[in-house]
Amino acid sequence: MSIIEVKNLEKIYDGSQVEVRAVDGINLSFERGEFTAIVGPSGSGKTTFLNLLGGLDNPTSGEVVVDGVNIWDLGAGKLIDFRLHHIGFVFQAYNLIPVLTAEENVEFIMELQGRPRQEIRNRTLELMKAVGLEERMKNRPSKLSGGQQQRVAVARALASKPKFVLADEPTANLDSRSAENLLDIMEKLNKEENITFIFSTHDARVVKKARRIITLEDGKVMRDEVIQR
Amino acid sequence: MIFSISWRNVWRNKIRSLIILVSVALGITAGIFVTSFYKGMAKQRIDKAIKTEISHIQIHHRDFRENNEISRYITDALEMTTTIRSMNSAAGAASRLISYSMVASAETSAGVKISGVIPEDEITVSNLQDNMVEGTYFKSAKRNPVLISSKLAEKLKVRMGSKVVITLQDLNNDIISGAFRITGIFDTKSPAFDESNVFVRYTDLSTMMLIPEGAAHEIAVRAVDNNAVAGLRADLVSRYTGYEVLTWSELSPELWFLTETMGFLAYVLIIIILLALLFGLVNTMLMVVLERIREIGMLMAVGMNKIRIFSMIVLESVLLALSGGVAGVVTGTLITLYFETHAINLSGMGGAYEDLGFDSYVYTSLDTALLINVTLLVILTGILGSVYPAYRALQNNPSEAIRIK
Repeated sequence: MSIIEVKNLEKIYDGSQVEVRAVDGINLSFERGEFTAIVGPSGSGKTTFLNLLGGLDNPTSGEVVVDGVNIWDLGAGKLIDFRLHHIGFVFQAYNLIPVLTAEENVEFIMELQGRPRQEIRNRTLELMKAVGLEERMKNRPSKLSGGQQQRVAVARALASKPKFVLADEPTANLDSRSAENLLDIMEKLNKEENITFIFSTHDARVVKKARRIITLEDGKVMRDEVIQR
Repeated sequence: MIFSISWRNVWRNKIRSLIILVSVALGITAGIFVTSFYKGMAKQRIDKAIKTEISHIQIHHRDFRENNEISRYITDALEMTTTIRSMNSAAGAASRLISYSMVASAETSAGVKISGVIPEDEITVSNLQDNMVEGTYFKSAKRNPVLISSKLAEKLKVRMGSKVVITLQDLNNDIISGAFRITGIFDTKSPAFDESNVFVRYTDLSTMMLIPEGAAHEIAVRAVDNNAVAGLRADLVSRYTGYEVLTWSELSPELWFLTETMGFLAYVLIIIILLALLFGLVNTMLMVVLERIREIGMLMAVGMNKIRIFSMIVLESVLLALSGGVAGVVTGTLITLYFETHAINLSGMGGAYEDLGFDSYVYTSLDTALLINVTLLVILTGILGSVYPAYRALQNNPSEAIRIK
């Protein structure tokens, strides 16, 4: 059963002379536990699509239905709350809170959720071990490499036990070894936690790991392939 | 965690935070010191007026103060004085005869207020005996002794031992004169009081004025402390219903006004300082918010609601202002406490303050309520300083904000 259904999703920007159809009538569905790459050339609408999927940007029309609820029918306050409890985000530039340590960055999301202290501690430790940073838990982001920061970002994204994780170009700022390492971790967590991962990418190494590849061009789905690995 | 983030964010840009923190601290220190200085000055003026001139409470015949009519006396004043002195909240009480009349020397004359006092009673309500610069406070065995101030002595061109003539009206409306010898000269440092007051013995004046034995025009009462004044007044009012019982603030409203004005000016000064600091704080917080657009966008994206983000920015601003405020309150308090026991010497200003009745050596007076209110005002400044920046922060669209380099 699909956990996300995208129906006739459109995002049109009104330019000064010409309107830009960044997302042009996309219909897709995503199953639990998918490991999906959204690929396509620059300007094909990958990031806009992920933003609409994550409730960060308003669509011009269409629906994003998660577990039977169209997230765009939720009010602004409820949508923020929905993101907190159901969606994990991994950003290209890591976007960790610089004044918090690695473990605090992970704990922070769970504290916003109001989870019990002990549960927060256990989950943080579990995730920091899973991303191989249990030794660097007390370090602030400025003391971590790019790859390590992105691993903390992955742990943070999973901390809330979301229904799905959206990752926008997660390896774009990483060297080959860090990127491989991050992908291995994401793949392992995807399997262990059965959480859907949807990531936009240009990176062939990421595409190689994906079990489903959706190709966008000019805001439209050009190909949707399921890869048997 | 939000508190922790806000606190750590305060120290993210140490130099910038320290600049605003030091500005707040200096402003608050100056505000506390200046207001404590003026409060001390006013307090000394009032203390002096109470101890030397008016006491805490005065009792009169209901019609006496209207025209200072000498026939409007309190019949059993000496008996009342004895009773009042035995009251728990009274530290002292003394009866006085009062006549507004003239004192003349061989050279010249002056209109004065003549007070007929019982020396042993008077010292329980007045510290005039501590202000003697020559002679003694009614210890001389000479007949008809009179105490005058050094200023009046200069004006009358008289000195210790000189004879002066006091001319006044008796109860029969006859004008009579009496010769008095100067046995003491005082200087209270209040020129207006000194130039217009002379003191003689109660018995000498009552004989001249033909006032019946035991009667007086005024009963001056000292309370054990300032806090006991209101209670003591209420007791006296209920006990002596036929007389007028007034406190120092009613007898001398200009002194009461002085305290109130000083208190009001203290807050005006602090508010002006904080208003100036408010603009600095708004500027700092705007910089903070603009520098962290991406971070705030990320927080919105991952599900931190607007109230929490707003609170986080407000808290950061409050913590920044409060850090400076606390430093300022501590420094201001320490400086003020030092000058509570080490006088600030204003005598170099040519006696200008003395001419206005103030002491030329001023001791600061710390007001704990002011410290609490200043701290609350600093918190309010922190909140006000962050409202616009926080509002600006919330206007960003998270999808755009997280992509800002």
